[in-house]
Formats: sequence, structure tokens, C-alpha cells
Amino acid sequence: MSPRHLVSKLLRAAFTLWLVVTFVFVVLRLTGDPAQQLLPDDIDAQTIAYYRALWGLDRPLWVQYVSYIQGLLQGDFGISFRNNEPAFDLVMQRVPKTLELMLTAFAVSLLIGIPCGIYAALHRDTAFDRTLMTAAVFGYSLPNFFLGILLILVFSLTLRWLPSSGSDTVWHLIMPVVAYGTAFAGQIARFARSAMLDVTGAAYMRTAQAKGASPARRVYLHALPNAAIPIVTIVGLKLGEIIGGAVITENVFAWPGVGRLLTTAVATRDLAVVQCIVILIAITMVIANVIVDIAYGWLDPRIRVGAASASR
Amino acid sequence: MAVDPKEFRMAALRSAGENHWTRRVSRHVARAPATVRLALGWLAVVLVVTALAPLLAPYAYEHVDLLARLASPWPLDGSTIAHPLGTDRLGRDVLSRLLVATQISIAIALLGTVIGAVFGTLLGFLAADRGGWIDETIMVLVDFQAAMPFLIIALAVLAFLGNSLVLFLLLMGLYGWEKYARLTRGLVLAAREEGYARSLRALGAGKGRIYGQHILPNIMSPLIVQITINFPDTILIETSLSFLGLGIQPPLTSLGQMLGEGRDYLFNAWWLCVMPGLVIFFTTLSMSIAGDWLRGRIDPKLRKDGE
Repeated sequence: MSPRHLVSKLLRAAFTLWLVVTFVFVVLRLTGDPAQQLLPDDIDAQTIAYYRALWGLDRPLWVQYVSYIQGLLQGDFGISFRNNEPAFDLVMQRVPKTLELMLTAFAVSLLIGIPCGIYAALHRDTAFDRTLMTAAVFGYSLPNFFLGILLILVFSLTLRWLPSSGSDTVWHLIMPVVAYGTAFAGQIARFARSAMLDVTGAAYMRTAQAKGASPARRVYLHALPNAAIPIVTIVGLKLGEIIGGAVITENVFAWPGVGRLLTTAVATRDLAVVQCIVILIAITMVIANVIVDIAYGWLDPRIRVGAASASR
Repeated sequence: MAVDPKEFRMAALRSAGENHWTRRVSRHVARAPATVRLALGWLAVVLVVTALAPLLAPYAYEHVDLLARLASPWPLDGSTIAHPLGTDRLGRDVLSRLLVATQISIAIALLGTVIGAVFGTLLGFLAADRGGWIDETIMVLVDFQAAMPFLIIALAVLAFLGNSLVLFLLLMGLYGWEKYARLTRGLVLAAREEGYARSLRALGAGKGRIYGQHILPNIMSPLIVQITINFPDTILIETSLSFLGLGIQPPLTSLGQMLGEGRDYLFNAWWLCVMPGLVIFFTTLSMSIAGDWLRGRIDPKLRKDGE
């Protein structure tokens, strides 16, 4: 990727972030006086006035906006009114647990989904292909919260093999990963199959065959690098769903991560925490999109060259 | 009374046309694989339930019968035929609740899908037609929406604005609008340069006429494909939020809300979770199967696509 292209991508990313941050500010201020929302209902007017002054809510809106942005840049996301701790610290305490769950589920579903999809494409219309694609449709039609509850019902309550909640041991990880990863593995398998099928019909594959390249060489050196591009795209596009999935899965299995913190914060209207999580997720998404863009250039020399010539 | 020959011919043509249309559909359905027919059958049942749930339900869905609490589904131990799918912790009939919950979940998903599709398509037309800064603004919003996970946006809005049925419906309508907008914009920009649109412009047809009567029907297929992809996702978003207790609130019920409520009784009343879960699963599965099949019918080019 040319530096120029990278810079324009980064600028766009920064712009998206600014939009999210502003969106949060506007929605928060639109809904009325944050002091009244953050403080309990039965509080007297004097205390409200005190907090309004303390939080700077008596200043003009644009001053508030500037200091809000300044605060964010310094990692100040406000104070959780439930715990009276900085929202940022509360969220960061939960991040490792969420990453543990998310990365495991992500890795497992890619490791199952991609090889299955490719194998199905190479053995198109066999019993394996059809079984696998049926399983994939079943997998991604099964809502993760329902699959999670079925798993708890069978493996925790009936067989008593696995713990139904918590995150202390490796055993705790198994059911959340399955509940969480199944739908994604199904989608990836289906997508990998169709990406591979697109490639195997291409002219360069026939050429490779005609010049006598071995089947293994054709698959690994000709087909896979080309099929990789749409697969990377779909993985990037699904990241949002993966983050959404974490919220649900963590709730089903009482996994002490960011997702559970978010639902509790929404239910109790702990706005500083909600705001902090939304902005951190936006940052994650923006970084992930930039990485996907860079991965394109790395995977596909045509994009690298094309971008360089397009940006002059 | 003498029959006007012209009238007669028109009527014959009309009925032939109808025959033709219904015959074509039934031929397609008859030729479809058994799984597709099963899926379409289930969807038809779901639609009937959505239209008529309170009439079909043996009890009022909120009817409490404390003497018949946590009865299991017939014919297990401790069940009665009066409650074929059992009862919940307040002795409410699960079958009746399930029917009404299906009605609400499907109605919300349908309404949400329609709102999103109409809103997104209109914005797509607007962006393509106006160009300039309007186009830029709409596309920036599209990118913004696409960059944020929808479930997170929904949770944030529910946290900031509080929960109400109207807000929740609007949120569901917001889901997926950016996909229709982007799709429509691209399709309209391409269609405008096609011969038929250019000749219409040359003939002096107004914009509304060209867009509404000529371009829209021509770009309908990909939009319908998008709807078949979005609809099951909307069901999942609604049920997920309600499952978390942040969507449909009691005394109203929905499939996700039933599931979330039943979770606390998993050990002694598994059916409270499993029944609504199965309805959600069968419906999204049927939508996926029927959608795949429909996509293949509408546009053979799309048949090999995974999404």
C-alpha cells in the first residue's frame, strides 16, 4: 500500500472516530440534563447544582464539547456512578476476559471453517460437500443465545460435565466458544467454499493444469492466494457481528467480560461506562478496518499497484 | 344478456394471466427440493400465526393460573392436555404465549425490515440523484453505520434514551438501512446510463416517473435479495435484545423475551426456553433456505455467492 493511500485511509478512520465521539456527545446532551440522569431521582436541587458545576454542565455547550474531547484524548471517559471509579479503568479490567473468549472463538471458527469450506469446494457436489453445507446453514441459523442455553441444558444440567458459568478454568471456556463460534464457522465455511469455487473456474487455473502443475501446487500456489482476498473481506465485515456476539455469549455464560459490563451498564443507565465502551469499540472497529485494508495490499499485488497508480 | 366480445376477450386474457402467474409459482415450488418446500411451509405457518395469533391461542397470553404452575409439555409426567406445551412460573399457557410472542417478533421484524428497506432505498435514490455534498453526507453516514456493530449502537441508544416500544421499532427499522442505501445508489447510478433511462429522459419524462416507474422495477431483484438476507438478521437482533431484557418489555412478550425469562427456570422447566428457541431457529433456518432458493430463482448470477 502506498503511503499516500495509507494516509487517506487513516484520515478517514480518524473522521469516523470523530463522528462516533460526536454522536455520543450529541445523543447524551439531547436526552436532557446528564446531571439529572446520572444522579438518583430523589436528590435535592442543591446537590444537582453542585454536580452540574463540578461536571462543568453549567458552561456553554461548545466549551463542554471541547473539554469532553480533551478528556477523551487523555483517556478520561468520566466516572461510573455505580462504582464511583473511572469508567475507563472499569472497562479495561474486563478487556482481557473478553479477548480471551473472542480470540479463542475466532481462531477456532477460522481453523474449522476455512479448511472445511475449501475442502468442500474441491470436492464439489459430493456427500461431504452437501453435508457440510447443510451443517453450515444450520450452524448460522442457530442463534448463539439459544445454542448456549441448549449446551447448558445438556452438558451442565443433565450430564454435569461442564460448568455453566464463570471463567476460572479451561473447562469454562468450552461451551462459550462453541456457542459463539458455531455461527461464524458456518458462515466462513460457506464463504470460503464459494470463494474457492470462483477461483477454480478461472482461466489461470486451466492454464496451470495445462502446463502440468500438480493438483497440490494448483491448490496451494494458484487457488488459495486468490481465494484469500474475499475471505479476508468477509472476516473484516463480520467483526462487528463478532463483537455483538460477545455481548450475548458473555451474558448467557456469566462470563465476566466487557459485554456483560455493557448490558449491566445499559440496564442501570450507567452512561459513562456505556459511552466508554461504545467509543472503545469504535476505535477497535476502525483499527480493524485499517488492518483489513493493509492485508488486502499484502495479499493482492494488483490492489497495491492499482492504489499507487490511482492516487498518482 | 349478450356478452361484449371485447370484454370477454379481456376477461379471458386476465384469467389466463392469473393462471399463468399462479401456475408459474406453483410449478417453481413443486420443482423445489423437499427442504425448500418444508421451509416455505413453516414460513406460511408463521405468517398465519402472525396474522391470527390471538384467535388461535387457546388462552389469553397473559392469563395467570397459579394452580397450574410449571406444568410440563404433554405427554410428559405432570402434564395436562389442557396445556399441550406446558405452563410457566405463573401458570400461563406456553402455547398461547408462544403464538403471541411469534406474532410480535415477526411483526416487529417485518415492520423493521420494511422501514429499513424503504428508508435506505430512498436515501440511495437521493444520493444518486443529487450527487455533490448530499451524496457525500449520505455515504459518510453509510460508512459510519457500517463501521459500528449494530447491536452496540442499539444498546447505546436504549441506554441513553430509555426503552419504549416506538423507539425499539424505530431502532429495528434502522437496522440494515445502510446496505439498501449503498446498493440502491450504485444500481441507480448504473441504471441511469442505460438506454431505456436515456431514451425516457430524451422523451422528456420527469424524474419521479423515470425513477419510480422504470428504474425501481429494474433494480428490484437485488433489493429483494437484500431483504431476504436482512429479514432473519432483524429477527435475531430483536430476539437478542429482548433476550438480554433490553428489548420488548413485559407485560408484552416476544420470542426473545420468553427465552430470557425462561432462563431462570432452565433446571426444572426446560420447555420455557426450548419452545421459543425452536421457533426462532426454525424461522431463521427456513428463511435462509428459502432465501437461498429464491436468490437462485431471481438471479442465477448470484447463485454461487455465499452471502
